[in-house]
Amino acid sequence: MKILVAISNVPDTTTKISFTNNDTEFNKSGVQFVINPYDEWYALVRALELKESGKASLVTLMHVGLADSEATIRKGLALGADDAVRVNAESADAYFVAEQISSYALANGYELILVGKETINYNGSSVGAMVGGLMDLPLISLATKLDVNDNNVYAEQDADGGIQVVECSLPVVVSCAKGMAEQRIPNMRGIMAARTKPIKVVEPGPSEKLTSIKSFALSPGRTACHYVDSNNLDELVHLLHTQAKVI
Amino acid sequence: MSVLVYTEISKGKIKKSSLEAVNYGAKIAGMIGSDVVAIAFNADDSHLSEIGKAGAKKILSVKENAFKNLDAVALSSAIEQAQKAENAQVILFSFDATGKSVAPRIAARLKAGLVAGATDYPVINGNSFEVKKNVFSGKATAIYSIHSAIKVISLLPNSFPVQFSDNTAIVSDFSVNLDNAKSRLIVKEIKQLSSGETVSLPEAELVVSAGRGLKGPENWGIIEDLAKSLGATTACSRPVADMHWRPHHEHVGQTGVAIRPNLYIAVGISGAIQHLAGVNGSKTIVVINNDKEAPFFKSADYGVVGDAFEIVPKLTSAIEKFKAGTN
Repeated sequence: MKILVAISNVPDTTTKISFTNNDTEFNKSGVQFVINPYDEWYALVRALELKESGKASLVTLMHVGLADSEATIRKGLALGADDAVRVNAESADAYFVAEQISSYALANGYELILVGKETINYNGSSVGAMVGGLMDLPLISLATKLDVNDNNVYAEQDADGGIQVVECSLPVVVSCAKGMAEQRIPNMRGIMAARTKPIKVVEPGPSEKLTSIKSFALSPGRTACHYVDSNNLDELVHLLHTQAKVI
Repeated sequence: MSVLVYTEISKGKIKKSSLEAVNYGAKIAGMIGSDVVAIAFNADDSHLSEIGKAGAKKILSVKENAFKNLDAVALSSAIEQAQKAENAQVILFSFDATGKSVAPRIAARLKAGLVAGATDYPVINGNSFEVKKNVFSGKATAIYSIHSAIKVISLLPNSFPVQFSDNTAIVSDFSVNLDNAKSRLIVKEIKQLSSGETVSLPEAELVVSAGRGLKGPENWGIIEDLAKSLGATTACSRPVADMHWRPHHEHVGQTGVAIRPNLYIAVGISGAIQHLAGVNGSKTIVVINNDKEAPFFKSADYGVVGDAFEIVPKLTSAIEKFKAGTN
């Protein structure tokens, strides 16, 4: 069974965000990019565990992005993925990325497609479900546990205020959330091995532009914190009622 | 032409976020001169009447056991059929667990542009809709243009007010053909974690949350009392969930649940950026911490510096006193 893990190249969580070109583009200069945490810590690490326990034969990384994301792909290879494919295009929107993943997965016989539950830059939680729709496969969304036995996938997923235990035959798409695996740090051997692992570069298939970003704006920060004396909590309650109007 | 809204029943009630979506749909319908049609699965008369009061002109009522577990493949198929039957130009969801698994699926199948997690009403610009949403985990917002003929939007819960009228919707039974929507996904078990009495975190308007500053799970009584005094839902920080002081489903933050209540009270939480990423959409933030240098104060509207074990019970009494006075 071959696993395709889709990874996104995102600014590190602690990045100070800014925009350029009249607020129409994210300002990449000086920004540290990383593998999207959900893709790395949960989807990729769990895929590697499945391979280590003999339940998967191959773990391939899939990335839609330009050549400048190669360092991010190498990190995934250093963690232990066997090989990688990069679709040589800017990831226009979730639909574009989902189309590229679907057509590659279909053409190359991947039975388990793992994605993180969302990216930390666009927060859409959309690619996994779109891949499911395009490939006509079920999606196990927001999975916190995942196992494979023979031809069946067993998973737990977050439902509002509860956990749903599900079973599904392969092939299937899974969006991965916290709990599925523990973060790993690549070791020196992995980093050396990653240098010679293959990254296949393919050109994107035709796609329609369904959405685009017109402009960005920084979220307004909060005005300075209003401190209330710990002996005067009636005042806090009063402020919450009359000023914030939340109680 | 119409605006189609997916509505959902959870724990016997229509979700508030579904009513927000119906209301939002009515607003769009007004802008483009069409009607709001809601689709409801296994809804009873009281659910249907509530959807009507939130503004639906018509409700497609589907009664079918196959939708019991809200299977994404079956729901997508049903909503696609409803889209065709009603010639819907806009399809609306809430950006919750179902909205995240069904809206993108339908969008991809219909080649319809999707905005996931909208925080404002669309601006109509020719054939495009311009819709605002949060990006970079709440650090920024972006205006998305949807260019496709059919547009799919899912709404961030708690972002829109719900206004009710005395409107009554026309209810029509809608039968769905599920021949091509047999999902291989089987639900074996549902473990309900939160008690039925409190509102789930993504829907909660008031949240009381605590972190490592509480020193141990045995001290959560004061947090629960404070939450009870407000009618709030309890939450916790990541270390607290990782140490198993509190169940994982209470963890709010980047890797846990992202919330945007009207009021978020954080007790003994330092305010790491990963925690803020999950809560910075809250309308009002109150931080209680004994460390006056705690970074969370920089993102707070109101702060109290001092010992949580003294302040929290006093705040609970102050709220009880306030509630007694207003009733």
